Amino acid sequence: MMNRIRLAVQLLFTIITNGYMYGFLNGKIYRGGLKYVCVPGLNCYSCPGALSSCPVGALQALLNQRGFRVPFSALGFFFLFGSILGRFVCGWLCPFGLVQDLLYKIPFFRKKKTLPFHKYLKFGKYAVLLLLVCFGSVFLFGGFAKVPAFCKYLCPSGTLFGAAPLLAMNESLRAQAGGLFYWKLGVLIFIIILSMKWFRPFCQYLCPLGAIYGLFNRFSLVQIHWEKERCISCKACERACPAALSVVEISRSPECIRCGKCVDACPEKCLHFGQMKILGKEKTRNGKVKNSAFAGERNGNDGR
Amino acid sequence: MNFWENRRHLWIGGALAGVVFLAAGAAQGQFGVIWQKAVMICMECIGIG
Repeated sequence: MMNRIRLAVQLLFTIITNGYMYGFLNGKIYRGGLKYVCVPGLNCYSCPGALSSCPVGALQALLNQRGFRVPFSALGFFFLFGSILGRFVCGWLCPFGLVQDLLYKIPFFRKKKTLPFHKYLKFGKYAVLLLLVCFGSVFLFGGFAKVPAFCKYLCPSGTLFGAAPLLAMNESLRAQAGGLFYWKLGVLIFIIILSMKWFRPFCQYLCPLGAIYGLFNRFSLVQIHWEKERCISCKACERACPAALSVVEISRSPECIRCGKCVDACPEKCLHFGQMKILGKEKTRNGKVKNSAFAGERNGNDGR
Repeated sequence: MNFWENRRHLWIGGALAGVVFLAAGAAQGQFGVIWQKAVMICMECIGIG
């Protein structure tokens, strides 16, 4: 049930935020006022349908400016979305996450959750964030201008949602495609193939936006709560978790994208979406308010 | 008490920080920079620039 709701939300959000049909039909991009603001997910603003800006693209645009200024606007979007949603954005609102989810459903290959050496490779997204997004955008030059290094050399969302439809509709752009385009196309194809066997490889190992939002997971407003006193340790949640997280890590780990598969899988219904406790009160599932969320909290911990 | 057990209020601070950063960015004209970049086809993003 949660899966269907999530898929519907993902599709709806992708369609709404990329609904500029005139752009798709004519090979142009939207140039209106909505592009002053960013959507929460990885959504290339060169997609003909994109109605808003990409937060990672915005960060790089600000870092590309002459001199160095603190990119307050981009940080503002990260803090706002991250503090409220955490990586719920990844699981429910990101168009490229949706693409990987759909690819993972294709019944080729025996499915696996994580790549070999996962515990080291998962830090790759932080390396991409620091080296490509931050340092690359400040120090790399293309001619006399700085370049958005992540967008230029890696981002598969830009290739899929931006390059593919624009080059398909625009012959002059198609004529200019060269080595860089084929490199990016190769990266996209590589990630597509990986996504058919492994769960969201780009999100787990390469996405700088997931790296940023993951830092907010422990204290974001949206959480998945675990009622430890009702848990029978059947580990159904751990088996269902596509990111191979333990029940203690669910929702807290920077790797958790709040997909909700653990919530669906739990036979005792002790995992459920909720918000962080405010003022020490929380509603129980039947709507009554109790003064502490978990029995464990009375003992000085939150039950984990 | 463990720092993380008091984290229930941190999201409010994070969200407020976000609002303050957005205001600071607006004051510096950074939204205009974002818009200018977003309304031109990003040649680097599509693999041409």
